[in-house]
Amino acid sequence: MSYENFLYDIALRDERLVVLTAENRAAIRNLPLKLGNRFIDTGITEQTMTGIAAGLALRGRIPVTHALAAFLTMRAFEFIRTDVGLPALPVKMVGGVAGFLSEANGPTHQALEDISIMRGIPNVNVFAPADEEDMLIGLETVLLSSEPCYIRYNNLKPAMLHSGTFEMGKAEMINDGEDITIITYGMLLRQAYEAMIMLETKGISVRLLNMRTLKPVDEEAIINAAHQTSMIVTLEDHFLTGGLYSIVGEVFLKHNIMNSVLPIAMENKWFKPALLDDVLKFENFTGTAIAERIHQSYLEKNSEILSVRSLI
Amino acid sequence: MELTQEKTALLFARSLKVREHIIRMSTGGGCFTGASLSCADILVYLYSEVMNITPENLNDPERNYLFLSKGHDVPALYGAFAESGLMDSERLSNHLKVEDDIYWHPNRNIPGVEFHSGSLGHVLSVAAGVAIDCKMRKSRNKIFVMLGDGELNEGSVWEALLVISAYRLDNMVIIIDRNEFQANVRTESLIPLEPLDEKFRAFGMNVYTADGHDFHDLNRVFEIVPFANLKPSVVIAKTVRGKGLPSIQERADRWFCNFTAAEVTSLLDELSGGKVTEIESETLIVR
Repeated sequence: MSYENFLYDIALRDERLVVLTAENRAAIRNLPLKLGNRFIDTGITEQTMTGIAAGLALRGRIPVTHALAAFLTMRAFEFIRTDVGLPALPVKMVGGVAGFLSEANGPTHQALEDISIMRGIPNVNVFAPADEEDMLIGLETVLLSSEPCYIRYNNLKPAMLHSGTFEMGKAEMINDGEDITIITYGMLLRQAYEAMIMLETKGISVRLLNMRTLKPVDEEAIINAAHQTSMIVTLEDHFLTGGLYSIVGEVFLKHNIMNSVLPIAMENKWFKPALLDDVLKFENFTGTAIAERIHQSYLEKNSEILSVRSLI
Repeated sequence: MELTQEKTALLFARSLKVREHIIRMSTGGGCFTGASLSCADILVYLYSEVMNITPENLNDPERNYLFLSKGHDVPALYGAFAESGLMDSERLSNHLKVEDDIYWHPNRNIPGVEFHSGSLGHVLSVAAGVAIDCKMRKSRNKIFVMLGDGELNEGSVWEALLVISAYRLDNMVIIIDRNEFQANVRTESLIPLEPLDEKFRAFGMNVYTADGHDFHDLNRVFEIVPFANLKPSVVIAKTVRGKGLPSIQERADRWFCNFTAAEVTSLLDELSGGKVTEIESETLIVR
C-alpha cells in the first residue's frame, strides 16, 4: 500500500484527520478529489499552513501537514514551536526529501538539521522511518497519538523485511551482534545493512539497530549496545550536530557510560548535489564506503587495545 | 439596532472599570498599558454585545471565538473578562504573581483565552484554522481576531490574508487596533501602512472603519458585517494609544508602563477627570 492510500484509509475511518499541504502534492496527488474539503492546500505558505493546522487541532482535528522538510521545519520553525509544540496540539508534520533525499536540489533544499531542531521542541516527537514499509508500520500509531510529531517522510523501497510491530521509543533490531553496533535511521538503513553483511564476512559480528523514533529515543537499546558490543557507529544523513550522534552522547552522559563511538554524518558542511547514488558515492555513504570506514576504525581501536595489553 | 441609552451607560461603566484594572496592573513590574487602553473599548463592546461567551458555554463548539493576536494588550482582555463575568475580578490582583498565569501575554490556561499569543503574526492563521473547521462543520459561529497595526509589519499576516481570502472565510472578522503606533514610534514614520483600507480591499476583504472608542459607531459597524458574502471582513478601528489618560495618551515613550503606587492613585483620579498626573517612573522599557 502507498502512503497516500494508507492516509486515505485512516481518513475514512477517522473523520478527525485533515490533510494539509503547502502546495507539495507529490506524496498525496490523488487525495484532493477523494477527501474533498478535508484536503486543504494553502499554497506556498509553510507558516500559515502550520498556524491553520494548530487552529484545526484546537477544534479537535488531527491535521497532517506536508511540505519539503527544509521549508517545513525551518521557514515555519517558530510556528511549529509556538503554535504546535507549546500547546502540544496533535499536528503531524510530514517533511519531504529530507537528508540525502533532496538529491540534486542543492543546499537550499537540504534538511540536515531537521532532527536536531524538531527534537529540541518540547512535546514534539520525531519519527524517521527507514523506507515506505517501515513508515506505514508506524504511521497509524503516530497519526492517532494525541502528541505532535515530525515525520521524516521516506517512500524508498525496503532493503529488508521489517518487524511488523511498532512502538514509539522502540528501536527495531535488524540483526544481533557482539562486536559492533551500527545505529541508524531513515534511508541509510539500506547502506548500513550492506555494510553489516560485508563486515560479517570479515568475521566481525554486527548488531544493527533501526532507530525509528529519535524522540522518544530507545535509551535501553543504546545502553545495551554500549554494554554488549565494544564499539558503536552512528550513521545518519544529517549534520553531526544535534542528531543521532548527539542523542547517543546525551544517553551516555545521562547513564554515566563511556564507550567509543564512530560518527558517520555530514560534518559541518552540505553535501554535493547530485542524483542519490552519486551523492552516496561522492560523500562516502555507500555500503562499501561505510563498511571500510567502520572496519578501519575497528582495527585501529583493536590495535590500541592490543598495544595497551602488551604494555601490561 | 441602535444601542439603548441604558446599554450605552453600562458599556461606559464597564470600560471605565476595565481601564481601572489596566492601571492597577501597570505597577509592580508593569504591563503594556498604552496598547491595552487603545483596544479596551472594542473588547468591552464585543464581550458585552457580540461574543455571547459564558463560563458555561466555553466548550460549546458552536460558540463565537475571539483571538487576541496582539497578545501584549492582555490586561484589556482580562479586564473585559472580569467585567463580563468570565473571570473573578479579584484574580487580577495576581498579575505577575508566579503562582498564577497572569503575565505580560495571554495564557491558554485561563478560561476564555483562545490561544497563547505574543509572537506577532501567528494568530491570524490559527484563527483561520478554527474558521475552516467551523465551515466544514457548517457551524454558524463567528471568529474574531484582533491585530495591532504595528503587527501588520509581519509578512505572515499578509500570507495568512491571502489564504483566508482564497478560502472565502466570511465567518472571520479581522479587527485592526489602529492606534498608529508601533512599539516605540508612529507607524507612519517607520513602516507606513496607508492606504490601509485599500490594501485589505486588494486582498479581497470587506473593509469597514469605525471609531474604536465610540460604542455607537462600533455597534453600527459590527451590525453590518455580513458574515455571508464569501468575503472575510476587516474592521479598522481608529483608536488612541493610552486612551483615557491624558498624561500618557499618544506618547511614544508610554508603551510599557510600570507606575509607582502614588502614580496609580493619581492616574485613577485622572481617569475620572482629575488633574493630569506628573509621571516620574521610568518611561521607556523596550521589550
